Parts: sequence; structure tokens; C-alpha cells
Amino acid sequence: MARVTQVTIPRQMTELISSGHKACPGCGGILVVRHVLRIIGSKTIITVPASCLTVMEGEYPRSAFKLPLFHTTIETAAAVAAGIRAGLRAKQQNDIHVVAFAGDGGTYDIGLQALSGAAERNEDILYVCYDNEAYMNTGLQRSSSTPYGASTSTTSSDNFKTQQKKDIIQIMLAHNIPYAATICVSYLDDLKMKVKKAASIEGTRFLLALAPCPPGWGYSSDRTIELGRLAVRSRVFPLLEAEHDKIRLTKRPAKIPVSRYLSMQNRFRHLTDQEIARIQENVDDKWRNIFKAE
Amino acid sequence: MAAGTVCLCVRIYALSSKIKRQGLIIPTVKGVESAHMNANAKRSSCVPSSSRKLLTGNEAAALGAVLCSVEVIAAYPITPQTTIVETLSEAIAKGELRAQFMEVESEHSALAACMGASAVGARAYTATSSQGLTLMHELLFWTAGARLPIVMVNVNRAVGAPWNIWADQLDSVAQRDTGWMQFYCETNQEVLDTTIQAYRISENVLLPSLVVMDAFYLSHTWEPVYVPEKRLVTQFLKQSYKRPILDVNRPCSFGALAGPDNYFIFRRSMHMAMEEALCLITQVGTEFERMFGRRYEPVEEYQLKDAHSVFVTAGSITGTARNVVDSLRVEGERVGLLKIRNLRPFPIERVRKALMGKKRCAVIDRNLSVGGGGVFYTEVKAALCGCKKVPKLMGVVAGLGGKDVKEHDLMKVYRTLERDTQGLLWLG
Ligand SMILES: Cc1ncc(C[n+]2csc(CCOP(=O)(O)OP(=O)(O)O)c2C)c(N)n1
Ligand code: SF4
Ligand SMILES: [Mg+2]
Repeated sequence: MARVTQVTIPRQMTELISSGHKACPGCGGILVVRHVLRIIGSKTIITVPASCLTVMEGEYPRSAFKLPLFHTTIETAAAVAAGIRAGLRAKQQNDIHVVAFAGDGGTYDIGLQALSGAAERNEDILYVCYDNEAYMNTGLQRSSSTPYGASTSTTSSDNFKTQQKKDIIQIMLAHNIPYAATICVSYLDDLKMKVKKAASIEGTRFLLALAPCPPGWGYSSDRTIELGRLAVRSRVFPLLEAEHDKIRLTKRPAKIPVSRYLSMQNRFRHLTDQEIARIQENVDDKWRNIFKAE
Repeated sequence: MAAGTVCLCVRIYALSSKIKRQGLIIPTVKGVESAHMNANAKRSSCVPSSSRKLLTGNEAAALGAVLCSVEVIAAYPITPQTTIVETLSEAIAKGELRAQFMEVESEHSALAACMGASAVGARAYTATSSQGLTLMHELLFWTAGARLPIVMVNVNRAVGAPWNIWADQLDSVAQRDTGWMQFYCETNQEVLDTTIQAYRISENVLLPSLVVMDAFYLSHTWEPVYVPEKRLVTQFLKQSYKRPILDVNRPCSFGALAGPDNYFIFRRSMHMAMEEALCLITQVGTEFERMFGRRYEPVEEYQLKDAHSVFVTAGSITGTARNVVDSLRVEGERVGLLKIRNLRPFPIERVRKALMGKKRCAVIDRNLSVGGGGVFYTEVKAALCGCKKVPKLMGVVAGLGGKDVKEHDLMKVYRTLERDTQGLLWLG
């Protein structure tokens, strides 16, 4: 089996993240930021709450980001982004994108209030959650995005997480926002289509990006893109989009069993066949629900 | 290659040199008659270009924001601040103010939104009280560290538990170390005037300002207030330079990771900016007087020259203390008053100069740092430490949770002070 899946990166777009950033090799998070920004373009102001991304920019006085960036506290990305938009409106600068990039901790957990507030007010911001399914910056603790069965530094392999991953997309859709979608850097065409669409819509737009994390998930750093594909093909991470509350699947690749996805990662190594069967059942249930909603 | 270089440090240095270059001189505005130059001018003077209105402290605060043409307002309701935001939203509805009004879901997000707005160059405003201010605690540090000139009005209210909505300075004194300037107001006039000056000072030294008034005694009490012309306020706030902001044409970061060496430099620059602010508060106060006829300084001395005994106050208790000083003077007592307007930057030298050589001094605090005493008391004590001819100091904890402090209470304080009492006195 080929370990590296080849993807073509469109050349004409400018890179807005330079080399020399501080992400780990194979970090899915920085790829999300890189590709979203390539599509959005340089007329963008971004805000980043405390997360791995804080460190990825690099240490003062250097920055790997070629964009104006406001670092903020872990729970305020959505509120700061909304404030940036209000400030730009006051200054009559209406042609600038405002993007928040936040981790799952800063989105599903501690930042959910600010995000919900912004979404309810339909603030004109693009919110991108790069989801590595745990608190990575602080050393791999469980978050409400950590999936069932995963071991983290606070849910060890003999005491693994027994709660399901929170369904943030459903939460966002309950706010009746104009656009929500899931993206994965292993499917750049799909990502590009969604980011473009998100950029063209006014109001709160939410993108959930799968962000595989080699040290956190326990796999070798050259397999990030492959792992993303397995997540989508196994239907653990369906690629979908919703305009207002109408959900539709944007990719329907041939199905593979979840065990192929799980077995590649140390965080699931302890799972028994029964546990894996349970996860498969859950994944199938969720898929059926999305189909029903379509 | 590092692309967007973080410019925070650069701007701090640029700032201090800019201020030095200008010698902290504020452009004088011609054609406005200056009124009496004495410290109490604000009690009696008026300039031709202002009207007089009956306003509550909250209305004065809101009007101050309108006159400053704030561009983004983000707020969350809490008693007794609520009418500030209500008045502002009305002003927007009536077209008296063109501002983005954000009704956010918490005070925490209110300040976060103000940070975002301020970081792109907009003049941002919020107002809160008590639980709201304490909820903002983490972001107060962030605002100051990111050097954003936000102005916030805080209506001093007790902090629970137990629930209490009345006047108490605990909410704001507990934010002393966050890097915000803090102005304690005595009158509604001062609330309006200080809001205007706060923007001027904040936008110069790039530190945020907290304008503080006592719940109900000021916030909900009507007083006659001179309202300056907006045109003149705009002139007063005119900036000669552009502060660094988030700009797509000149990318830079705010708040990026800084190692120990740089962190130290940033913090120290904030302290230097506070010191510069101390000079600027006086100079802006003088300039304000020239334009509007009322003068302000970090401290105000009242009947202090030949006084043996001194009351030290902050906030609305000052008004009561003035009356007590007046009556005691009639009885021939050599008593005076030192009003402290700024908790931060704390006017150490001015406090020393005012109190050294006096016999006795009672610092009255409408707040209590549990286990420490009143905060102004400990600050004054620290300022006098190591000085010659230090007066006997008494700390008076008074009026917590809105308990009235009446003239006869302060008379009692005076009698106790006259017996050379030192340490803490509990009034209540
Ligand atoms: C109020 C507060 N609590 C805790 C932290 C410590 N902290 C910094 S980053 C982080 C984890 C963030 O996790 P996530 O949002 O998933 O981003 P990741 O690190 O995984 O990229 C935590 C808990 C903080 N900065 N602020
Ligand atoms: S820990 Fe994970 S998310 Fe953080 S930088 Fe490394 S690979 Fe990226
Ligand atoms: Mg995470």
C-alpha cells in the first residue's frame, strides 16, 4: 500500500504562511490554515486563540504569517473576530475577510459561548475550527471533541474516553447560520469549493477541518494525508456542507471499515473487536442520519 | 523568511520617543476663553460653548461617549450600568451617534469584541459593573498587554457573594494590576469630562482606561452638568499620529509568543507608559481647562496648605469629605482633604508632596481587600514608606456594599484621628 497519497497543489495561489513555522512535521492543523488562506487571499485579518497555532506562528519578533494577526485568549476567537468586523465597518473597510482559526478546545469547549453568541447574531465572520480532537498545546488532554475510545493523557488506554464526540456541526446548524461545512486537506478540490463558497457568503460561516496530529494521535508524520482520506472513506469524518439547515454530502467515496482508520493510530490501539464494532455501528448510524436529512 | 514582523515593541519605543519629541505638549486650541485656573474651577465655572443639563452619572457617561464619537460599542447589561448602554442605543437610534452597537452575550465577549474593533483602529467603548468587570478580568490584562486604547466606564458595585448591587469599589480596585489606568470620579461632571480625557490619554500612551463612578450616588443621581460642544471635543481628541493597527497592507501581529527577554521588555514598556501617562493626565487636564474651563489632575488638594489633619478619599465620598472639612474649618480646625483620582498610575510623588509634614491622615476606603485592608490606604502607606516626616496613618474602611457614609460619620473619623489613632478603623 502506498504510504504517501499524491495531491496537486494549485500553483497560482500565493502562500500566506512561510516556511520556518513551528508546527510539528506532518501537522494537519497548519495545512488547514495554509490551504484556507491560499484560497481566501491576502485581504484577510485573522485571529487565533490560545492553541498549537499560537506557537506555530513563531516567537516574537518573527512571524510565519504574512497576514495581520490578532492573538487572543482561548475562549474569545469568535467575539474578537466579530469585533474586528465591527471595527472594519466603522472604518468603512468592507472588502476584507475576517477569519478565526481555533482549535477544538477553543471551539467545542471553552469558546463555545462566544461562538454561539456570534452565530446567533449572525456576525459576518468565517470561523475555522482545526479539529485535532484534543488539547494538544497543553499535552494531549481530552476535549469534548475527542472521539469515543480514544486514549489521551487524561483518558488512558485502560480508562479510555467513553463519551461520544460532540456534534459541533449540528450545534452550529441549530443557530441557523448561512453556511457550515466539513473540510479535510486530503480532499483539496472539495476544500477549495467550500472555502470559496464560504468566502462569498455574508454572515457566520463555520468550517470544521479534520486536523490529524502525528504526536497526539500516534502515527508517523508522513501519513497525515493518507489518514485524512481514511477518515473520510470510513465515514468517521463525512465531507458535507449545509446552507442554512439543508445538509448534503459533498463526497461519497467507496466505504471502508472504520478499523482501517483506527488501526493506524496508537490512540485506539487498546480497543477490542467489540469496541471497534460499536464504533462502526455509531458511524453507520450517523451516516444514515445525514442521508435522511439530505 | 519572516513575513509579518511583530511590531509591538517597535511601537512602544516609537511612542515614548514621540512623546518626548512633542515634549508632551498638547496642541493648543485658539479662540476658546479659558476660565478660572484654580483646582475647584469645575464647581463654579462655565465656558460659553457648553450647555448645562441635569444628568445622572450614567447619562453623563453615555453623553461622554457620544461626544467622543465612539465607533464601536459592545456591552452586556448589569445593574447599575444598564442605563448607560440604553442611553447610547437611543443616541444611535436618534442619529446622534454613528456607531456599531454590539449586544453581545457576555461582558467577556464585550471586551473581546472591543479588542478586535480597537485593533483595527476603531474607537471602542464599553461599560460594566461588578460581576461584569470581574468576569472580564483575563481580558483586562490582554487589552492592556496588546496596548489597545479602549475606554470603559465601570459603575462601582459590590462583588458577591452575597448579592449586593450598591456602591463599593472592590470590583475596580481588584483590577489594579491589569495594566489599565483607573480614574475615580467625584461628580457626574467629572464622569463626562474624564471620559473625554481618558480617550485622549489612552490614545497617546496606548493603555486602556477605566472611568469609575459610585453606584447610585452618581450613576442614578441627577446633577447639573456642563455639556461641551461636540465640535470642540472632536478638536480636543484629534490625533497627530496613527497608532499601529491590523492592516492588510502592512501585516503585523498583536500578542504573539514572546520569550522571557522580550516579555520583560514589554512589561517594562507598559510601566514606562504609565509613568508617561501620569504627566499626560496633568497636561491633558490643563489643556482641558483651557478649552472647557474645568481642570483635572491625578490628585486634588483641598484646604491642605496649613492643615494638620488630612482626609484622603476617592470617589463620591470626596464630596461629603469636602463639606466636613468646610464645617470643621468654621470651627477653626486645621483640616484638609486630598482627593485621589488615579489608582493607576498611582501619583506617588504627588501624594508624598501633599502628605509629608502633616500630623495625621485618615485614608477612607469604600473597599476592602480582605486580609489586607483598604486598597487606597495600603497604596498611600507604600507611597510614604521611607519618606521623612510621615504623618500618623489611619485606614478607614467605610461604606461597603452601599452603606451610607454621612457627614457625622466623617466627624467621628476626625475625632478618632485627633486622638492619634493608627491602623484600621471600621466605620460600620
Ligand atoms: C483560560 C485558559 N485556560 C487554559 C489555557 C491553557 N491552554 C492553552 S492552549 C490549550 C489547549 C487548546 O486546545 P485546542 O483548542 O484544541 O487547540 P490545540 O492545542 O489542540 O491546537 C489550553 C487548555 C489557556 N490558555 N487559557
Ligand atoms: S501537536 Fe499536533 S496540532 Fe500541535 S503542532 Fe504538533 S502536530 Fe500540530
Ligand atoms: Mg485541539
